[in-house]
Amino acid sequence: MLKIFKYVFLDIIRNKIVLLYTLALLIISLSMFNISESPEKAIISLLNIELIVLPLICGVFSTIYVYNSSEFIELLVAQPLRRVAIFRSILFGLVAALSFAFLIGLGIPLLIYSPDSTGFIFLLSGVALTACFTAFALVAAVYTKDKAKGIGVTILLWFYFTLIYDGLVLFILFQFGDYPLEKYMIGLSCMNPIDLVRILLLLKIDSAAIMGYTGAIFKDFFGSGMGTIISGSVLLFWFVLPAWLAIRKFRRKDL
Amino acid sequence: MIKVENLTKKFGKLTVLDDVNLHLTGRGCISLIGPNASGKTTLIKSVLGLVVPDSGRILIKGSDIQGDWKYRKDIGYMPQIGRYPDNMTIGQLFKMLIDIRQSTWEQCDKELMDLFEIDKIRTKRLGTLSGGTRQKISAVLAFLFNPDILILDEPTAGLDPVACEILKEKMILEIQRGKLILITSHVLSDLDELVSEVIFLQDGKINFHKSFDQLRKDTGEERLSRAIAKVMGYKGHAQNI
Repeated sequence: MLKIFKYVFLDIIRNKIVLLYTLALLIISLSMFNISESPEKAIISLLNIELIVLPLICGVFSTIYVYNSSEFIELLVAQPLRRVAIFRSILFGLVAALSFAFLIGLGIPLLIYSPDSTGFIFLLSGVALTACFTAFALVAAVYTKDKAKGIGVTILLWFYFTLIYDGLVLFILFQFGDYPLEKYMIGLSCMNPIDLVRILLLLKIDSAAIMGYTGAIFKDFFGSGMGTIISGSVLLFWFVLPAWLAIRKFRRKDL
Repeated sequence: MIKVENLTKKFGKLTVLDDVNLHLTGRGCISLIGPNASGKTTLIKSVLGLVVPDSGRILIKGSDIQGDWKYRKDIGYMPQIGRYPDNMTIGQLFKMLIDIRQSTWEQCDKELMDLFEIDKIRTKRLGTLSGGTRQKISAVLAFLFNPDILILDEPTAGLDPVACEILKEKMILEIQRGKLILITSHVLSDLDELVSEVIFLQDGKINFHKSFDQLRKDTGEERLSRAIAKVMGYKGHAQNI
């Protein structure tokens, strides 16, 4: 497994799109840190990139990569190798290469301008989101045979997690505004990896005050050690679930 | 060496392979012929484990391939279209496959590689190669690990006449060494000098499976392409009445 992983990883980090992605992240983050008065403000600006641009790029790139390597996957499956091992190598190859790009693009500026725990959590959650959305992309690519459809499903998933889900949550909040929903909000935020990361980071930067009473509940929960462990496991779950779904399908897929 | 029992495969409502039974013994070149969409590639892919059949089983060297993966070390496969990671060089691709097969450079069969002069373009990236060169790479890969069974899907399509001859000579050599070669091809004139058995597949069923000599006798034609045309033409005629 490690052998195929190595080659997939090396193939992806030499991809022009990934190089462009790294460079763009690097330029944006460096300029943000230079423009903003304090590193915290720059991190809040970068947060939007991490929560919106990163999932989109990781999702779409991974979907296209899997479709474009379909003949290569065929060649590998025709070798004396386990299908599961091949699939895992591709999944982890993609996650590792895209995380590597992210860590170079955002990690270096963060190390220079904000080398503290906020920066560390920022990077860690970026890697987690990369893993989640790569896994989502593989589900889309494995379940649909048509490339255009697969990319469409990935974009739809991205759209759901970045926009539609928040809309639904807001709708629920307004409809049931008379009831104490603060505790349920924790559960709701766990249903979306992007929301979870957003809350974790906003709490870290101490912007919880702008969220009112819900913010206080969040701070209580996510600020505690137990909350950190739980949110970490929830993010892991959002990677393991789609990865498991994709592997289950790939094992018996006709290539 | 290859035994197929009651193999059925459906893609949605379409039955691509319908209760196929086959027994391929020993050595020689077996040609899988049939009109477009007759199930040739699906049959080949089922043997390779790329397609999972709905029912029936496939035995290779006496053991069921379902859920097995080790049996593929005895098979060399040349796909119809070979596409490889764009950013990898030819040398890296070979190195990777040697790695995967847990073989060494010395154990590999490099005859075809030398004849195609792959060494000169070792450092070229796979994304920049032409279709014909990629086809050559696929051919080299199929023969590289000295497998007992060779499965070649349209091997001569896209190759220039010289490369085509080289590949054919290599195939003859491997047949003499006792290998089993299963081949599909549309360019039937290429196969005359190689083929020992013919399997004719139509609508997912095996129409006939006989030796080339028998086919020659039955149709009264010397060349494979004419014999097949006669078989297909005769069928069409009979249906019209």
